[in-house]
Amino acid sequence: MRAFGQPTSPGARGAALGLVVLAAGVVATYALPGRLFAIGQVVAWLVAAAGLTILVGQSGQLSLGQAGFMATGAYAAALTQNALYAAGFTVSPPSGASGRFGASAAPTAAPWTLPVALLAGAAVAAAVGALLGLAAVRMRGAYLAGATLAFGLIVTPVTAVVDGLGGEQGLRVHVPRAPDPLGTAVGEGRVRVWVALVAAALVLAVLVAAVRGRWGRTLRAARDDEAAAALVGIPVARVRLAAFVVSAATAGLGGGLYVYLTGTVLPGYFGLTTSLFLLVAVVIGGAGRLVGVIGGTLFVVAVPIVTTEVMAAVNASPALQARLAGNAPLALLGLCLVLVTLARPGGRLAWLRRQVGVRRGARVGSPGVHGPGRDGTGGKPPTRHVPE
Amino acid sequence: MRAPIRAAALVAATALVAACSPTNQPSPEPYVPPRGVAETEIRLGTHQPLTGPASSYSRVALAMKAYFDHVNAHGGVHGRQIVLLIKDDGYNPATTQTVVRELVEQDEVFAIVGGLGTPTHSAVLDYLKEEQVPDLFVASGAGSWNQPARYPGTFGFQTDYTTEGKIVGHYLAEESAGETVCAFHQDDDFGREFVAGVEAGLGTPVALRQSYITSNTNVAPQVQAMQSAGCTVVVLATLPSFTAQVLRTADQLSFRPQFIASTAGSDYATVGAILGVDKALLEGLISTGYLPIATHPDDPWIALFQRILDEYGDGGEVDNNVVVGMSIAYLTVQVLQRAGREITVDGLITAIEEGEFRGPGLVPFAFSPTSHAGYSGGRMSKVTNGEQNYFGPAYVTDAGSAPVTEYTEPAAVPPPDGIPTP
Repeated sequence: MRAFGQPTSPGARGAALGLVVLAAGVVATYALPGRLFAIGQVVAWLVAAAGLTILVGQSGQLSLGQAGFMATGAYAAALTQNALYAAGFTVSPPSGASGRFGASAAPTAAPWTLPVALLAGAAVAAAVGALLGLAAVRMRGAYLAGATLAFGLIVTPVTAVVDGLGGEQGLRVHVPRAPDPLGTAVGEGRVRVWVALVAAALVLAVLVAAVRGRWGRTLRAARDDEAAAALVGIPVARVRLAAFVVSAATAGLGGGLYVYLTGTVLPGYFGLTTSLFLLVAVVIGGAGRLVGVIGGTLFVVAVPIVTTEVMAAVNASPALQARLAGNAPLALLGLCLVLVTLARPGGRLAWLRRQVGVRRGARVGSPGVHGPGRDGTGGKPPTRHVPE
Repeated sequence: MRAPIRAAALVAATALVAACSPTNQPSPEPYVPPRGVAETEIRLGTHQPLTGPASSYSRVALAMKAYFDHVNAHGGVHGRQIVLLIKDDGYNPATTQTVVRELVEQDEVFAIVGGLGTPTHSAVLDYLKEEQVPDLFVASGAGSWNQPARYPGTFGFQTDYTTEGKIVGHYLAEESAGETVCAFHQDDDFGREFVAGVEAGLGTPVALRQSYITSNTNVAPQVQAMQSAGCTVVVLATLPSFTAQVLRTADQLSFRPQFIASTAGSDYATVGAILGVDKALLEGLISTGYLPIATHPDDPWIALFQRILDEYGDGGEVDNNVVVGMSIAYLTVQVLQRAGREITVDGLITAIEEGEFRGPGLVPFAFSPTSHAGYSGGRMSKVTNGEQNYFGPAYVTDAGSAPVTEYTEPAAVPPPDGIPTP
């Protein structure tokens, strides 16, 4: 046991969070078997939201186009996966299907093609992020938001129109099916969610470790006072670009995971609404807080489900239900966004922690000049000190 | 002397007991109802565009439910009530993914019936196969539903677009020599397959192809391109809302070719409702069909559907969507009857492949162990003096290289109470 007061290493904290998320997710796939797809969606979005919260909270760059990077990564992963399948990297299919369905099994992609496709997706998204970032890192505030918004809006029509991407109908993706003992024991849908959970756990572990270490301090320094940071030798533009690329890479991975979960890729998956949902998840959890963004993502995925069920329960007419189905969740989430920003600038989780009285003030190595704690609570401008 | 008597009595008693006990033959396996099948109900699910760019099809779901309610009022099928769960996907394939998973995983339906839309249903084909959910009578004419080796649980219903296109191409080859034939189509399998069929039936490629995507309703550039190219015949593979857009835009540009529309976008009542005051633009529109035309109340099937709609539906008029919805529901009841009380997924598939289901259709179904295609042809129709009527004979063909041949058997009459006899 560590002695009380001694800081745990960033790596250990990251690993702990990753393991907790993995375990909680696996339990959820058994506790809520009818909601497997929703759980998978939470996990895929969580990966993208984790990168976004670093970008917005730790690096202070507002991006409204995170879904554009999800789409980029999704299509890159889909094309890579299909190319590997077409090149013959297949194995015989698992035996799970019975009766009439058993006779029809075609070879399935080899399991190793999946991480290759996911990495390709993340890499392409990172490259596009670097390109966009070269322009974006020199922008601030509304201009940066506008540039990222424009990017996010452009990606969807491009994917619907460019030849070879399947048009409006999208592409069917030959994702690997779970190999035999695992697939039949656990179920294909569950295995896919577990794979996504492993990816999310790794991403969270790495990000927590990085944010609590030197990279995080550099990010926050460049965010809080560019002039002072430059004076001590921090390459501000490069640091901001790095945050942009990391955020894009996680979004690309999230998009690739979504493709794996559904076996398809479509232009309609990653639009402006998704970018906004991700941003709401970031703000509700507290910008910059990786633990908070988990709760935020759960919240934004749960709200549409809950509104649909509430409307069905109160027996709203089908016409009204259909009309509200798309709009009610957005309206609710927008309202939450406004309320949280006004009332609880550190996000729900920071407020909870203050209520419970957890204090972290006197830690070795907390940065001196401007307020926020070493693990990046809040993310508000330096004039507002958020006690932790 | 007592010992032998006792021994005999013991042997006799043992024999008696042995004769009374159950034999050693294995008893037949008890029937285990699959997911979605219960003692008194069978749950079916469907995804439909109740909102969005294809919401003109929204009465299909209502019609399906009305017909099932009618059957339920008469005792259901094999003593089970048919429960139909309808979910809106707004013609957005991304939403279809979610709602179909909800239907299978949460609502635990036995089968998906009449899933509507080519791009929407394409997104869930693999999922339904992986989950081994019967995927019956997809309400779309794409050819993807007819792949028995790859998707053994998926069955089509409509005449597929290639077959329909071949019939149109065959008509054009016979009637319209010397015309410049162009095509305007939705940019997906629906559009591409229809035009491919037209070209196969014609024997030559069309002079010009233009396409649209459902998220962009401005079709003026494409119509202008066709006008400039001098098209005299334009085949349309369009949703009803886009059929209306093309007709309006062409009228504004004074472009008056002969329009021939796929049955997916040519229903007089549906497109007429969208056009409103411009309904006269439909005059002369040629199309095909394989079900009774909704505006013929004397047709015994239309009369039956109207009665059912009055009692269990929204009390409105029968339109093409209602005809399609009730025909799908009628066929579903037929296959459920044939699959028997102890229904299983494999048993249902085998039952459908036996084929020979007669109903409102003008042409036969193509169901067999090697084909999961639905209706196998159609008849040409034309709008004259505000009325859509069939002309000429019915034709059958397939999506492959079979020739277009006439089909001369008369249509079936509906059973008196509207419920198929097993």
